[in-house]
Amino acid sequence: MHQPTIAQAKHQLLEKKYSAVELLDAVYKRIDAVDDQVQAYIHLTRDIAHRQAEEADKKLAAGEDSPLLGVPIALKDLICMKDTPTTCASHILEKFVSPYDATVVQRLKAAGAVLIGKTNMDEFAMGSSNENSYFHVTKNPWDLSRVPGGSSGGSGAAVAANECMGALGSDTGGSIRQPAAFCGITGLKPTYGRVSRFGLVAFASSFDQIGPMTKTVEDAAILMNVIGGHDPMDSTSADVPLPDFTAALSNDIKGLKVGIPKEYFGKGLDPNVEKAVQEAIKTLESMGLQTVEVSLPHTEYAVATYYILACAEASANLSRYDGVKYGYRSEHADNLMDMYTNTREEGFGEEVKRRILLGTFVLSSGYYDAYYLKGQKVRTLIKQDFDEAYKKCDLMAGPIAPAPAFKLGEKLDDPLQMYLSDIFTISANLAGTPAISIPCGQSQDNLPIGLQLMGKHFDEATLLNVAHKYQQATEHHLQHPVL
Amino acid sequence: MSSDSFDIKKIALLARLKLTEEEQTRLGRQFEGILEHIDQLNQLDTEKVEPTSHVLPLQNVFREDEVQQTFEDGKYLPLAPRQDKDHYEVPQII
Repeated sequence: MHQPTIAQAKHQLLEKKYSAVELLDAVYKRIDAVDDQVQAYIHLTRDIAHRQAEEADKKLAAGEDSPLLGVPIALKDLICMKDTPTTCASHILEKFVSPYDATVVQRLKAAGAVLIGKTNMDEFAMGSSNENSYFHVTKNPWDLSRVPGGSSGGSGAAVAANECMGALGSDTGGSIRQPAAFCGITGLKPTYGRVSRFGLVAFASSFDQIGPMTKTVEDAAILMNVIGGHDPMDSTSADVPLPDFTAALSNDIKGLKVGIPKEYFGKGLDPNVEKAVQEAIKTLESMGLQTVEVSLPHTEYAVATYYILACAEASANLSRYDGVKYGYRSEHADNLMDMYTNTREEGFGEEVKRRILLGTFVLSSGYYDAYYLKGQKVRTLIKQDFDEAYKKCDLMAGPIAPAPAFKLGEKLDDPLQMYLSDIFTISANLAGTPAISIPCGQSQDNLPIGLQLMGKHFDEATLLNVAHKYQQATEHHLQHPVL
Repeated sequence: MSSDSFDIKKIALLARLKLTEEEQTRLGRQFEGILEHIDQLNQLDTEKVEPTSHVLPLQNVFREDEVQQTFEDGKYLPLAPRQDKDHYEVPQII
C-alpha cells in the first residue's frame, strides 16, 4: 500500500479503499522493514494502536466521522500517554509508565487517531542531533551517516521514512523546525500558549511548545485543528479563539508582505542553503507576495540569551528527578544526599548535566543579575526586534539552519558549535511567535533544505496558508528518501 | 564576568549532581567557551530595559475550584522506586 498523507488517508478510509486496521498493518510493516536502519522509535504501542484501529473501523462502518478517524500518528516520547512508557529518552525515566494522558493525547484520541508509538529524541529535548538519546541514535533517512536533527529527530525521521502519517514534536529552541528541515518534511512551532503543555514533560516552561510534524502543510493544519486551543489544565495556554486552520488554507494571500531579515543571510550560511532559500523567496514573489527587507538586529545574541534562560528553567524543572516519587533511583543511596546526587549522576546524560549546571550557575547567588536578569532583558530586546519587524510585514522568510544535516558525531565534542547551529530558529522561541519549516530544495549531496516562515503571535493561519500555497506551486515536499 | 568564577564543584553540589573527576575537567573546559560566548551580552546596554519572563501578557490566571478526580487512586505510589503500602521509602533523614 502506498503510504498516504493524513488528508489522503482520511479520504481513502471514508471511501473504504482500505480499513483502519489494514492501514495500521501497512504502517507497522513499513516500520518493521526500515526502522532497523532509521531507529526513529523508542517503543511501539502495537496493542493499543490495534484496538484503536478496530474501534475506528467500527465507527467508519457505522458512518461516523471525526478529524483523524483511523489515522496512525506517532508521539515524541516526552508527551504522556496513559499506560505507556514516557522516557524522554533518559535513563532516569526509562521505566516510567505514564498514569495519564497529556491534553494533546486526549484530543488526538477524541479525534479518532491511532497512536502507534513513541519516537526518539535528544534526552529531555536537549540537543540538535538526536545523539543525546540514552537508547540509540536516530539516523537521517536521506543519508544514514547523518543526523536527523533534534531534538524531535525521531518524529522527523519517522515522517520522512513513511513510518507514520504524521507525528507530534516539541519545540523549545528549534526542536520541531530543525529536524523537519533536515528530514525534508513540514514542521510547525505554534505560538507559545496555542497548544496545551499539560502532560508534556517540562524542559523550559516559558519556551516549550508542542506542534505537528507532517508530510504536507495541509496535514499540519489538520493536526493543529485537533490539538490547538485553550486548556484549563495549563494556565499558560492562551484563551483565544482557535481558527479553522484547514479552512484558512483557501484564503487569498496576494499582497501579503514578507519581511526578509537581513541578519539571516550572509556570513556562515551554506551556499546551498542560501541558493534554495533565495529561490523560495522568488517563488513567494511570483505567487503575489511582496518582499521587504527587515532587520532583527539582536539575532547574534539569541543563542547566548536562550542558553541562559532555557538552562535556568531546565535546572529548576529537572530538580524533580530526585529518585523519590518516580523514575530511577541509584543503588548507592545510603543517605539522602547520596540518593540525590548518585541518582542524578547515574540517571542523566552529559548534555542534560551540562545544562543543569549552566542553569544552576546563572541562577546562583552573586551571578543572577549578571546572567539570568541580563538574559531576560536581552529577551525583551529580541522580542522588540520582532514587534518592529512586523510593523513592516505580515510574515518573515529565511533559512531554518545554516547548513543541511551534518554528519553523526561531527559536533558531539563541541557543545557551543552545536548550540550555534540553532541561531535562526531560537529567536522565535524567545519572542514566543509561531514559525514553520517547509522543504525548499536540496543540496548538492541530495540533502533537504528547509525554508522558515515566521509569523505574528497567534497568526499560524497566515503561515500555514502561505506555506500551503508554496507547496501547491512547488514539488520539494513530494521528494522522499530511498530506503 | 569571567569564567574564572565558575566553581564547578560548588555548582554541582547546588545542582545535586555528583560529577566524576573526568566530568569536572571536561565540563569545566567546555563551560569556559560557553561562558565566553554568553559574555558577549555585556556589549548591550540594558540598564533601561525591562526583563521578559513570559512572552504573553498573562496575569493571575484563575479557574473554578471544582472537585474532580484528576488522577486514578492507586496509580501513583507504584511508580516510586521504593514504596511500602501507603508511603514512599527514602534513606533515613534524621
